[in-house]
Amino acid sequence: MSQPATTPGEAHAAPAPAGAGGAVVVSGLTKNYGELEAVRGVDFTVEVGETFGFLGPNGAGKSTTISMLCTLVSPSGGSARVAGHDVVGERDEVRRHIGLVFQDTTLDGYLSAEQNLRLHAELYGVPKALVGPRMQQVMEMVGLWERRGSLVNHFSGGMKRRLEIARGLLHSPRVLFLDEPTVGLDPQTRRSIWGYIRQLKTQEEITIFLTTHYMDEAEYCDRIAIMDQGRIIVLDTPEALKAQVGKDRVQIETDDSGPVIAALKERFDIDAVMAEGKVTFGVTDGERFLPRLFAELGQPIKGISVARPSLDDVFLAHTGTTIRDAEAQNNDNMRNLARLMSR
Amino acid sequence: MATRTRTASELAGDPGAAVEVPEVARVRVPPRSARSELRAIKVVWKRELIRFSHDRLRILTALMQPFLFLFVLGTGLSRIASTGTHGVSLRTFVFPGVLCMAVMFTAMFSAASLVWDREFGFLREMMVAPVRRSSLVLGKCLGGATVAAFQGLIVLVLAGLVGIPYAGGLLLVIVVLMVMLAFTITAFGVMVAARVTQIQSFMALMQMAIMPMFFLSGALFPVIGLPLWLSILNRIDPLTYAVDPMRKAIFSHLHVSAAARHDLVPGVTWFGWHVPGALEAAVVGLLGTAMLGVAIFQFSKTD
Repeated sequence: MSQPATTPGEAHAAPAPAGAGGAVVVSGLTKNYGELEAVRGVDFTVEVGETFGFLGPNGAGKSTTISMLCTLVSPSGGSARVAGHDVVGERDEVRRHIGLVFQDTTLDGYLSAEQNLRLHAELYGVPKALVGPRMQQVMEMVGLWERRGSLVNHFSGGMKRRLEIARGLLHSPRVLFLDEPTVGLDPQTRRSIWGYIRQLKTQEEITIFLTTHYMDEAEYCDRIAIMDQGRIIVLDTPEALKAQVGKDRVQIETDDSGPVIAALKERFDIDAVMAEGKVTFGVTDGERFLPRLFAELGQPIKGISVARPSLDDVFLAHTGTTIRDAEAQNNDNMRNLARLMSR
Repeated sequence: MATRTRTASELAGDPGAAVEVPEVARVRVPPRSARSELRAIKVVWKRELIRFSHDRLRILTALMQPFLFLFVLGTGLSRIASTGTHGVSLRTFVFPGVLCMAVMFTAMFSAASLVWDREFGFLREMMVAPVRRSSLVLGKCLGGATVAAFQGLIVLVLAGLVGIPYAGGLLLVIVVLMVMLAFTITAFGVMVAARVTQIQSFMALMQMAIMPMFFLSGALFPVIGLPLWLSILNRIDPLTYAVDPMRKAIFSHLHVSAAARHDLVPGVTWFGWHVPGALEAAVVGLLGTAMLGVAIFQFSKTD
C-alpha cells in the first residue's frame, strides 16, 4: 500500500484543461495576511458542469481560496475568472452568477424561511414574476416548502443548511460554492445534503465547487484537488488518485489455501500471501479482476473481498501525514490567522 | 422560460429513481441598474421594519425611559421649578427632549443590529450580493430612521397629556425633525458599527456618546445664561439642533406669556446670532449625510 509520494510538480500533470472556457479558471492565485501565506500560488480549471472538490485539513487555505473566488477577499497575486468574469475587475458580474453556502449560517434567524429567500431574491434582482415559482421549486427540493412560514431560529442546524442551499440556488447561479456544506451535521443530514447536490446536477446546468475535509465526501466529486499548507498538492479524479497510490487489496477465504496461492501464481502471475487468515494480494482495478479470477482460478473458495485504497491513503502518500494530524498542526496557524484578520 | 413547479408527491419519490427531469424555473438575473439598486435599498429597509414589528417587547421597553423622564422626573421637579417656568409645566418643557431621546435609543438599537448581523453571519449574505454597498448602507439607515421615527410617534401620542395641542402643522414639523434625527443617529451608529465588531463595545460606545449628547443638548434646560464651557459643549452637540427647533415649534402653539417664552425658549445663538429653525434642521441633516458617507466608504472596502 505504500508507494513513493508524488512530488508537487506532478500535480500539474493531472488533466486540467486550460483556457478561458472553464467555469472557474485560476492561475497563480496567492493571498498573504502579513507574514502569513494563506494561499501560495494555486492553478486549476473547473469545467462547466463539473463537481469539483477542495480537500484538505482545516487551515490548508481552502476557505481563503473560495473567499477570493467569491470576491469576498481580494487576492494578493495571480488571477481568477469565475463564470467567465474576473474576480477583481468584474466583481458584480461574478457575484450575480454564483451561489454561496458558507460553513457558518448567514440566515436572518428573526425572519421566516420565506422572508429570507424573498430578501435574497430582491438583493439579486430576480425578476418579480419568477420569485414565487422559483422559491417554491428550490424549497421543495430541500423539503422545506411546508415550513416556509417558520422563523429560521426555530430550525435545526440541518434545516438551516438545507435552506441555505435553497437560497444559494434561488437566482440560478452558474457556479455554486459550498464551503464545508456538511460540517457539524449528523450523518443522516449529511447524506440528504449530498442527495440534493447530486439531484441538482440532473436538474440545473450548474458547476459545483465545494470544500470538505471529509474524505468520504470527496468521493462524490468528479475531480478533487488536495490542498495542504496553501498549495494544491495533487489534482485528479478520485479514482485516478487512488489508483496512483496503490492497488486494490483482494482477500480470498478458502479451506485449502495452498492450491489457491499456487493457482494465482500459475495463471495470473500473482504473489499472494496469507494475512488475517486469508489469501491476500494486491491488484490494480480489483473489480474488473474478479470476473477473470472466478472464470480461471479453478479452485473452491468460500468468500472474497476487495478493498479499494481510500483517499486517506492518497492524502498520506502525498503529504506524509494523515489529515487528522495535519489538522491538529494547522489549528495553531488558524488561530494566528484569525488574530491577524480581526485587526 | 418554463415555470412548471414540481408537486410534493413528485418530490417524495426517490430522487435517484426519477427518470423524468422536471423543467426548471430558470432565472436570468438582469444586469445591475438603478432599479436593482432601488430594490436592494427597499428590501434592506423593509427587513428593518419586519424585525421591528416582530419585536413588541423592544417597542415597550423603549417607552420606559421617556415615561420616567416625562412623568416621574417632570412631575417631581415641577414642584421646585414652578417659579422659574412662569406657570408652564416642566413636562411640557422637557417633552421635545424626551421625544428625541426615544428616537435616539431606537436608532441606536437599529444600528446595533448591524453588529449582530456580522456576528450571526447575515452581513455576509448582504455583502456578497451584486449590489452597491452604498445601497445596503442607505437602506439600513433609512430603515433605522423609519423605526426610530415610529417609536417617536408612539411617544408623540402622549403630547396631549402634557398640554401640547395636536395641531397638524406642529405634528408635521415634529415628525420631520424626528425622522432627520433618527436618520442621523442611525448613520452615526452604522459608522461606528463598521469599525466596532463586538456588541458589548458597541453598546458601551453608543451609550457613551448618547448620554452626554442628551444631557448637553438642552433637552432638560433652556440654553440661555449657561456657563461658557457648557455653552460651547451645547453648541457642538448635534442633538441641540433637533431639540431646539422642536421646542420652538411647540411653544409657538402654546398660549404662554412673553416672559415664559423668553426664558424657556431663548433659541440657539451662534455668537449672538439667532439660528433659524430651518438651519438647525439642516445641521442635523447635513451631519447625518456626512456620517452616511463615511459609513459607505468604510463598508465599501474589502479585505
